[in-house]
Amino acid sequence: VTAYMSKNSSYDASIVVATPSSKIEAAKYEKKVMVLDFVTPTPQGSSWGLGGTCVNVGCIPKKLMHQAALLGQALQDSRKFGWQFTEEVKHNWMTMTESVQNYIGSLNWGYRVALRDNKVTYENAYGEFVGPHTIKATNKKGIEKLYTAERFIIATGERPRYLGIPGDKEYCLSSDDLFSLPYCPGKTLVVGASYVALECAGFLAGLGLDVTVMVRSILLRGFDQDMANRIGEYMKEHGVNFIREFVPIKVEQVEEGTPGILKVTAKSTAGDQMIEGEYNTVLLAIGRDPCTRKIGLDKVGVNINEKTGKIPVNDEEQTNVSYIYAVGDILQDKLELTPVAIQAGRLLVRRLYAGATTKCDYVNVPTTVFTPLEYGACGYSEETAVEKFGEENIEVYHSHFWPLEWTVPSRDNNKCYAKIICNIQDNERVIGFHVLGPNAGEVTQGFAAAIKCGLTKEQLDNTVGIHPVCAEVCIQSHLKAHGILG
Amino acid sequence: MLRGFGARPARDGSERTSDPLPSLEGVIAHLRLLPPPPAAPGAGSGSCRGRSYDLLVIGGGSGGLACAKEAAQFGRKVAVMDYVEPSPQGTSWGLGGTCVNVGCIPKKLMHQAALLGSALKDAQHYGWNISQPVHHTWSVMAQGVQNYVKSLNWGHRVQLQEKKVKYFNIKGSFSDPHTVCGLTKAGKETVVTADNIVIATGGRPKYPMDVAGALEYGITSDDLFWLKESPGKTLVVGASYVSLECAGFLTGIGLDTTVMMRSVPLRGFDQQMASLVTEHMESYGTKFLKRCFPTKVEKLKSNRLQVTWKNADLDTEETDSFDTVMWAVGRAPDTKTLNLETVGVKTNSETGKIIVDASEATSVPHIYAVGDITEGRPELTPTAIAAGKLLAQRLFGQSSELMDYDNVPTTVFAPLEYGCVGLSEEAAVQRYGSDNIEVYHAFYKPLEFTVAERDATQCYMKMVCLREREQRILGLHFIGPNAGEVIQGFALGIKCGATYPQMMKTVGIHPTCAEEVTKLHITKRSGLDATVTGC
Repeated sequence: VTAYMSKNSSYDASIVVATPSSKIEAAKYEKKVMVLDFVTPTPQGSSWGLGGTCVNVGCIPKKLMHQAALLGQALQDSRKFGWQFTEEVKHNWMTMTESVQNYIGSLNWGYRVALRDNKVTYENAYGEFVGPHTIKATNKKGIEKLYTAERFIIATGERPRYLGIPGDKEYCLSSDDLFSLPYCPGKTLVVGASYVALECAGFLAGLGLDVTVMVRSILLRGFDQDMANRIGEYMKEHGVNFIREFVPIKVEQVEEGTPGILKVTAKSTAGDQMIEGEYNTVLLAIGRDPCTRKIGLDKVGVNINEKTGKIPVNDEEQTNVSYIYAVGDILQDKLELTPVAIQAGRLLVRRLYAGATTKCDYVNVPTTVFTPLEYGACGYSEETAVEKFGEENIEVYHSHFWPLEWTVPSRDNNKCYAKIICNIQDNERVIGFHVLGPNAGEVTQGFAAAIKCGLTKEQLDNTVGIHPVCAEVCIQSHLKAHGILG
Repeated sequence: MLRGFGARPARDGSERTSDPLPSLEGVIAHLRLLPPPPAAPGAGSGSCRGRSYDLLVIGGGSGGLACAKEAAQFGRKVAVMDYVEPSPQGTSWGLGGTCVNVGCIPKKLMHQAALLGSALKDAQHYGWNISQPVHHTWSVMAQGVQNYVKSLNWGHRVQLQEKKVKYFNIKGSFSDPHTVCGLTKAGKETVVTADNIVIATGGRPKYPMDVAGALEYGITSDDLFWLKESPGKTLVVGASYVSLECAGFLTGIGLDTTVMMRSVPLRGFDQQMASLVTEHMESYGTKFLKRCFPTKVEKLKSNRLQVTWKNADLDTEETDSFDTVMWAVGRAPDTKTLNLETVGVKTNSETGKIIVDASEATSVPHIYAVGDITEGRPELTPTAIAAGKLLAQRLFGQSSELMDYDNVPTTVFAPLEYGCVGLSEEAAVQRYGSDNIEVYHAFYKPLEFTVAERDATQCYMKMVCLREREQRILGLHFIGPNAGEVIQGFALGIKCGATYPQMMKTVGIHPTCAEEVTKLHITKRSGLDATVTGC
């Protein structure tokens, strides 16, 4: 073990990990920047390169596998549009995963190049604070180096949580493992009701696998519950099994293999009932925990929420220690989204080094859940709008719709749905936008921009639709009766 | 209580009706919904001065039907006259107008068929094992599309009935400003009188009159969507979006397709974007004969069509044979048999379209016009519908709201779609001067193209802004998949006076194509490489 410290290794900013944008931003202002990024392998041994969760085990592979599932549906539709090919079409997991991993590899490489081009020093090492302004970086071989910096930005993100039951770490997978799995997962039990759980369950089912989702209580906690339930209904109708109000209490291996066979025992949350089931794969998606416990924050006095591990910051992403900042998933009370992290990181650096004053705007951040029926949202859910403004002060406009592309294949003619929530007391300002349908993300993005511009119902009504697309329905929705929530 | 498009519900504290699905929604949107509950009672109140109807709408298309149904909501006695003169090739269709029968709807469905062909290729990269070869059968697609269109015709008939709107399947012409008469198919003379008349007869495809054989042997979009058999090797003449959209999907389903253009593609649209559209089509497999115009069409013994054309660049004459020749050289207003001169409705001498003012009124009191037939208006379904509804609200609903034709978004459904709202770059330069505008742009790659190994060379977007402090957005242009879905929400933003800084404050949704709009930061002025890299 070699300790290495010298004045020459003093940095203006040292960033402990992941999203590249902020580091490159800092380097633009001719500051000496270092990035420390390290991936602790999962219990199953999975690891990956530079880029963080989004690139390696989040948004990117998720959307690509979701696309693979959508293409499976497209194949079926295409027959009705005149395309002819053999009846039996099978999906090859390895072909898909290899392509996805190749693309991710190119992104990892792209980031290495971008850092180099912008003269940011990169070390594939695990960083932890050892004293004021000082960080220890330990690489894969165990070699330690010390670095000092004027400022630090912590962006270590999160990792999937385990259940804490017998067999969880030994036999279960998480999203950290799924996207690089070198064999088809087969019959899968997904434990959880987060968007991670539903998105994964959704595409696995779309690829033809037998999928069950075990849900402790509600779906998509924190999201509009009417929309969440519609998503669940759609998945059920399209072949995903749901076991509601149960939690696993142990996982045992019945047979080794790739995949093997696992036996899951679960207990009801509503009584003493126990059930058992056998699956090839158990995927845990019950939440994520911040990587803040083992990076020496106590050595420099950075406060964290002891219960959640999240770091509280002010509206300039500054922790309680003036020279230490934080961005991304580890922040308390902020959204766990890539674009938010990127935006926050960029603006932070501009404030630190370019005299800018713009703070990250966390209000009305749009998002999309890429379940088989996609869900785009911006602003308040119906229940939080009612809670905040009072039922009599909000107006909800809604509409079901049938995408034109689904008519000829005759499918799902009353599933897609759009809902707009307005604040009557503020000129019928649009405070919530929700759409369930194909390309929900593409649809929602522009509406989010409009909401940022203070969109009112009147302006919505005065905008002409583009025809024929799904998005036009959102400007044509009609009044939902009061008193009927969900 | 008014529940119109844009109307506000009464807020008098009285108990709301328990009807959760008021029967008012956009024509096309609600055709894809469950049928709404029956219309409000009180229709058929009769008119004054002994005329049979409060409102007669001539033309049962997007604008006409929207206007008629809205007027019926106010309890008025309304009639719709719709008639389809068969095309020269003999094609005809039911109630609903161009959009439903020979426009937007069948076009988008056939475009979807073509997109699915690409999806089949992509799917193999994503792990789906599809045995080659893959075939496309026109008749299966055509039947699916035609059946759906017929269901819409039926849906419209039912809705008119439910709203107690009288429907006449007759070709009407004016005998005086309040009287329209015509013959039914059976030859029976029918006379209809109304206090107010709305002309919404739309347009029909033009034939080139200077090309021998054009009328006898060529088809138009009126016929294409109703063909029972594949059009085979096709020449599409024209540079309109009709031409490019049709040529695009014909190429996509595997047909040998050529587009013949006299000059620039998509005249009136942003020309940089138009070039990207045609560039993509070329790489997609559509052949282009640029700066060419046809001189004659002859039928060969094999039943194929021989087309002769002049190449303006090379100053040569060329010839080739095709199974089908489709004319897409523009549309002309359908006013010939209306007898407008008799009642004095003024039309534009050049275009033949009806001249209207901001309230859709013609030169004759109580006669109005909406939709493609009107001069100076966009030829789009949603504008016709909106204008028709607002007109009805002004006539019968005590509204004074006029149709706003500014910043109307639209999409060209070429194989790589192009969506836009606001000014083209050249229009902005012309209006404000190039020093006073800033154009932010980016070449991007849709995530789904990566694994599919698809070429994204023409995936591009640009935002044209005023350069001064506020940087208001004048126009937004996007080429890529789902362009219509992307642009719609931004069109709302532009309606709200969106500025560049507001776009930048909007957080992106990841991973989508649309998020790139909120990340635009390279200006054309800077000359920097506008390719988006990485995450």
